[in-house]
Amino acid sequence: MKKMIFAASCALALIAGGAQAQERDLRIAFDVPYEPFEYKDENGELTGFEVELAEAMCEEMNANCEFVIQAWDGMIPGLLARKFDLIMSSMSITPERAERVLFSEPYYNTPGGWFGPESFNTDVTDMSAMEGKTVGVQRGTTMDTYVTENMGGVVTIKRYTTADDMVLDLEGQRLDVVFVDYPVGEQTVLSKEGFKEVGEPVKLGEGVGVAMRQRDTELAEEVNAALRTLKEDGTYDTIMQKYFAYDIKM
Amino acid sequence: MPDFIAEWLNQNEIFTAMTIMEYWDGMVTTVHLVFLSLVIGLLVAVPLAILRTVRNPFVSGPVWLYTYLFRGTPLLIQLYIIYYGLAQIEGIQETFWWEIFREPFYPALLAFTLNTAAYTTEIIRGAIVSTPHGEIEAAKAYGMNWFMRMRRIVLPSAARRGVQAYSNEVIFMLHASAIASVVTIVDLTGAARNIYSRFYAPFDAFIFVALCYMALTFILVFAFRKLENHLLKHQRPVNG
Repeated sequence: MKKMIFAASCALALIAGGAQAQERDLRIAFDVPYEPFEYKDENGELTGFEVELAEAMCEEMNANCEFVIQAWDGMIPGLLARKFDLIMSSMSITPERAERVLFSEPYYNTPGGWFGPESFNTDVTDMSAMEGKTVGVQRGTTMDTYVTENMGGVVTIKRYTTADDMVLDLEGQRLDVVFVDYPVGEQTVLSKEGFKEVGEPVKLGEGVGVAMRQRDTELAEEVNAALRTLKEDGTYDTIMQKYFAYDIKM
Repeated sequence: MPDFIAEWLNQNEIFTAMTIMEYWDGMVTTVHLVFLSLVIGLLVAVPLAILRTVRNPFVSGPVWLYTYLFRGTPLLIQLYIIYYGLAQIEGIQETFWWEIFREPFYPALLAFTLNTAAYTTEIIRGAIVSTPHGEIEAAKAYGMNWFMRMRRIVLPSAARRGVQAYSNEVIFMLHASAIASVVTIVDLTGAARNIYSRFYAPFDAFIFVALCYMALTFILVFAFRKLENHLLKHQRPVNG
């Protein structure tokens, strides 16, 4: 009898434990397309580096995850309005953002890259040579901040909402050069004929972190723990090598 | 800007003297763009509206097609087609046209002008068509030819009937100009988007810009009331 009670309570505890772990529902937001971090493959399935990392992270956390598509402009407002619980959409950690959201430890960092047409031969670090040039950036990115702060009075800055619009204007010769997240430039600009990388990649910012609401400190700890495990047990590297030829680990 | 205002603004996190200047530059761009497109649009619309009322379908047909196309598609799509479409034309970068269409301002001006001209054409056409027959017959009885009838009777009378509808079109145009920011023009909305993405404060950035648009609308409403009072003077009671 005692044995049976013990077994029953063990089973109960197991069920309860299992139920508790299953209970956690998390909604994670991505802004697509942002190749190769998050995009839809030819079957319309959401995939990419961050999507796979999110899947692995959810498994590690025993969470039941739902993926939400959200345009970049409404990312932070959507998080604060509880439309979703986590942002894993290449959001760089900045002090301004950290005032509104809670960041996990960084999980990757990519440099900003300079891309332009084959005919572009100006040294992008030479301010007098860059005078009067038109530079395209994505609005509100760390690349935007970098160009605004370092070249504000020298070049004309055009700000775009999506990388696609920016690349169209680079092709149409409305822009002399673009300064964009390196992998994005690689996928969009370099895949086109007649364009090249025109300067050294620039290390920017503190890296990319998972963004959560300020009050979700417990969730942040779980996310950090899960990310740390993935980085250590090799899962992170496997996913990274699928999408990148170079190291973005942080 | 006076020093004490600048000082007071600098204590504010978002609305510093710098961001207020960005909003101001944006407002100048918006007013510039909307004013030019409305003036050119109106100048184009008057002759088009007259052509649109002509009985010959070879004359009125093309005008009908033009207003149908531009009223039948969203302004945003027209702007995209003109802005990105022009840049796709082979070799346009080597012609002098590119000097004009390289900057986003002129493609936007072109799109806005064509759009407002289409709506204004239909507003004026409606006003012309509804001219009372008696007025035209009286003008004919006085021996006025077609041109003189248009100038002295039909158009002034149509202006009185069309001005209210046109004031709506002007206000719609002001608000529609907000989409200029999608082709990198830093108008009022563009300034608000830049400031929003810098501070992540959507309420502050957009409520402020909404107030700017409301102030501009208020000026327009006031001006049109003055104009209507002037044009419709004859309808007021004698002692009123």
